Amino acid sequence: MEVRELTCVACPMGCQLTASIDNGVVVSVTGNTCPRGKTYAETECTHPVRPLTTTVKVEGGKHPVVPVKSADAIPKEKMFDCMKVLNEVTVKAPVQIGDVIVEDICSTGVNIVATNIC
Amino acid sequence: MLKYDLVVVGGGPAGMAAALKAKECGVEKILICERDETLGGILEQCIHTGFGLHYFGEELSGPEYAARFITEVEKTDIDVKVNTMVLDITTNNVVIAINKQDGLMEISATAIVLAMGCRERPRGAISIPGTRPAGVMTAGTAQRFANIEGYLPGKEVVILGSGDIGLIMARRMTLEGAKVKAVCELMPYSSGLTRNIVQCLDDFDIPLKLSHTVTEIKGKERVEGVTISKVDGNLRPIPGTEEYIPCDTLMLSVGLLPENELSRSVGIRLDKVTGGAVVDQYRETNHEGIFACGNVLHVHDLVDFVTQEAQTAGEGAANYILGKKEYADYRVHTKGINGVRYVVPQRISMDGSEEPVKLYFRVGQVYTNATVKVTRNGNVIYAKKKRKLAPGEMENIVIKPEDIQEFSEGDYLFIEVEG
Repeated sequence: MEVRELTCVACPMGCQLTASIDNGVVVSVTGNTCPRGKTYAETECTHPVRPLTTTVKVEGGKHPVVPVKSADAIPKEKMFDCMKVLNEVTVKAPVQIGDVIVEDICSTGVNIVATNIC
Repeated sequence: MLKYDLVVVGGGPAGMAAALKAKECGVEKILICERDETLGGILEQCIHTGFGLHYFGEELSGPEYAARFITEVEKTDIDVKVNTMVLDITTNNVVIAINKQDGLMEISATAIVLAMGCRERPRGAISIPGTRPAGVMTAGTAQRFANIEGYLPGKEVVILGSGDIGLIMARRMTLEGAKVKAVCELMPYSSGLTRNIVQCLDDFDIPLKLSHTVTEIKGKERVEGVTISKVDGNLRPIPGTEEYIPCDTLMLSVGLLPENELSRSVGIRLDKVTGGAVVDQYRETNHEGIFACGNVLHVHDLVDFVTQEAQTAGEGAANYILGKKEYADYRVHTKGINGVRYVVPQRISMDGSEEPVKLYFRVGQVYTNATVKVTRNGNVIYAKKKRKLAPGEMENIVIKPEDIQEFSEGDYLFIEVEG
């Protein structure tokens, strides 16, 4: 049985969590004050994910770049691969909030969407 | 002279929420003056997510949070002047503003909401010895370069100060391919949110050096490196602990200062600790008809609380404009003692209202399993156990009107930490 100490990032409270892992399965979580803490610990110990936010280049926009985010969290280890893809992307203005910029980035099943107009 | 019922100075989250609330309360002629080219304020460059968890129940990026309010403002007949700088406010509530289209304007206002936000402490404010090369900038400046102007402002970075903007920029620079070599924090604890330390530093193995500061900057044209030193309990560098780190950029995230030049010029009393105005529970300053909210009043860590506070100010301004304001019989003061650095609002107008009063406060150090107590003349009128209190996280407590009913003019309500 493996025991891991974690700080929950689900909200600004930052609860200190203790997760017990048996054969790659999280069997217990303590220290959380809400159900999101349990989910966070389970995900973090098996397949950690993070939201990704960055910018992509724009042609003909008000500013040279427009901010984007992953519509859902992506596997932590794929963050830099996704950045590589996004640094090659150039979109044409106008762009609306929520417009899909890259579909299914790096086969994560997650879309990259614009988070501002340009 | 232009005439408005309400002039809001600043079109960030505070200004927009105050204007919208005032409109909802029935105020007719409202103007927002914004010095940048769009509404949204600093949110426009905060492209990371985490905004709106309290207010909208979802995680939005800064521009998305701002856009929700911009859309609402556009649906109303609230006038907006962007690229417009407010230069002065006179004691009879005339706002002096300037822009390229209208030139110099005199705008008469029944009420004014101050929502100018804050700015970052620069290098000059913390006196770092060394040369003055390019490459020393505040984290917010770097954020604007990276997220709006599209430049990567450095490749090898040291960050001084572990405020949230510094932490966020450590991750942002790392994702863009820069190497963040260290984040130094003068205090023995970080002033940033714990979740940001985990997601922005730990995730990328960026060392957080607590009780460390930058004691020299080297470089002629561009930063070549910085010397960092450990500090003692009195925050003085300890000789012999120097470590030289080669880098081309030093980012500063060493605190925010409410931007109160306008408030000062109109004679508004400021709180020495917050750097913002002294206000009552409606966020009205000592100058009748002038209200303040958001980071110009006290620096917030979450925009959600800025929105709530601005709505309070907007409603207060609306009541004043519409003649619904109840004048106070007397005022009760609030004061933080024994570990509580400040309390906002600083006074409670006792006007017969039965609305509970929410007091926001910040502690001066980290506490675990401590009790927050509210006392009057030594009598405890409220006590609550807290698992954790930290300077980086603003707390609030709600005081019921019946608890302070028998107070009299000038009485103090003390908020303190025990444990």
